[in-house]
Amino acid sequence: MSEPPQPCITTRGLNLWYADFQALFDVNLDITRGLITSLIGPSGCGKTTLLRCFNRVNERYGYVTTTGEIRILGKNIYDPDVALVELRKSVGMVFQRPNPLPISVYENVVFGLRIHHPPGTFTRAELDEAVEKALIEVGLWKDLRDRLDRKATSLQLEQQQKLCIARLLPLKPDVILMDEPCSALDVEGTRAIEELMFALKGHYTILVVTHNMAQARRASDECIFMLLGKLIEHSRTEDLFLNPKNPKTAEYIEGRYG
Amino acid sequence: MFAETPFVRSKRRSEAFAKWLFFAMSAAMVLPLLLIVGYLFVKAAPSLNINFLLDVPRRGMTQGGIWPAFVGTVYLVFISLAISAPVGILAAVYLNEYARDNWLNRMINLAVINLAGVPSIVHALFGLGAFVYAARLGYSILSASLTLAIMTLPVIIASTREALASVPMSFREACWNVGATRWQTIRAVVLPNSISGILTGVILQVSRAAGETAPIMFTGAVFFKAVQKGEVFAYHLNEQCMALSMHLYTISTQVPGVKESIPFATAVVLLASVLLVNAAAITLRALMRSRKKW
Repeated sequence: MSEPPQPCITTRGLNLWYADFQALFDVNLDITRGLITSLIGPSGCGKTTLLRCFNRVNERYGYVTTTGEIRILGKNIYDPDVALVELRKSVGMVFQRPNPLPISVYENVVFGLRIHHPPGTFTRAELDEAVEKALIEVGLWKDLRDRLDRKATSLQLEQQQKLCIARLLPLKPDVILMDEPCSALDVEGTRAIEELMFALKGHYTILVVTHNMAQARRASDECIFMLLGKLIEHSRTEDLFLNPKNPKTAEYIEGRYG
Repeated sequence: MFAETPFVRSKRRSEAFAKWLFFAMSAAMVLPLLLIVGYLFVKAAPSLNINFLLDVPRRGMTQGGIWPAFVGTVYLVFISLAISAPVGILAAVYLNEYARDNWLNRMINLAVINLAGVPSIVHALFGLGAFVYAARLGYSILSASLTLAIMTLPVIIASTREALASVPMSFREACWNVGATRWQTIRAVVLPNSISGILTGVILQVSRAAGETAPIMFTGAVFFKAVQKGEVFAYHLNEQCMALSMHLYTISTQVPGVKESIPFATAVVLLASVLLVNAAAITLRALMRSRKKW
């Protein structure tokens, strides 16, 4: 008998306030390593807030108070010996609106390597290799191999979003957080990003917030339903959509509210 | 059907009147500018030539050129901005990129805003007390430049903050989320994308530093200083100097028998240099803006 796999992200009794407003209530969850987990729920239910807890980027916005525990690969990320920059290195985030930096494609991909190592750590050849590897992984290499010096902000939106994912990969993250990564993209772009998520699955634990229930259904292994800051249901995606245990989940996926 | 009622007619009339009034007021702003510039040039015409710029004042300042004053103004402007630009830019970076909303930073903000509202004559008095006497720098270019620097500082802070704030937040988020520190974010993304706005803000302060009279009159500008014709390194930092604004005041009000066109020509030189610098700033901004895309 093998032990059940250690969960990648665990939260226990997680509460979060924006000043006086409580946005998360006693969230307890275990996210399985190497799977795609989607977070669904109506606007304002706290899914983005929860996502932003996992690399502690919430703290940048002021007035945020958090209680409880978040463990990533067993380590409590609120421990005093956790360096924020190291945490964010291993827990990367992709945003709604693609946000490549206004520098070349090449520099976007190596940006993470450059800021996490003293100058001169890598030879040009090593950087070139990292760029090629990351761009192959996200499927941009063929299109962009001859245009690496192009400004990243001039790419198509779909390419920009892929590049934003590629930018995380040289840092070898454990977790990739995606905050509605397809909401700015068209059908083709959405399909491309979903395919990319499948390709990355296994190597990385992917957490994706989505407004699009159909997307959660086709593109995730596990699904979490949230409502008004509380975690209502967490199960395998098929189970959640076919046999929801909680009547609130059932009503939401039937489209009674949202 | 659809015919004009009396009420519609009256609305149409007030609409036309309002539009005319607003246009007239906008046009009224252009008129004084044209009149001032035109009047200056006509009056200054007899003295306007390159020799007027390069020559020194002669015969008790009633004839000759304005070179010492011109060089003095250039000194004052450059040295004051060399002091206020770095201080102002760094302060603005702190206020915009690091400062959280707490009482200390609110106080700093309030101080900056109020400093911008202090009349120049008060700056002059402060400069006299602080730099000339307390810091024992004496009446000198250094004292005058420091005073001008303090005067331009709050405006440089404000314009720099504006330039920094125009960099989209999403660039910063992108950096933070791969684990960049604030300083790495500022260096890699914020400054490169706001430098044109920052520089423009600094250059626009040239006209203020060059035009103010009171602060330098109290701290380092002098009626007359013997300088060689066309000499560039005419002053030492611990010396007093002549300056265009001060010179204009002197020859207009204090010296009898000045050739009539000389004060006007002095004003034209002051105005032209300031406009030239401003035009350079605007060109620079346009140039750098056309290169950035997002």
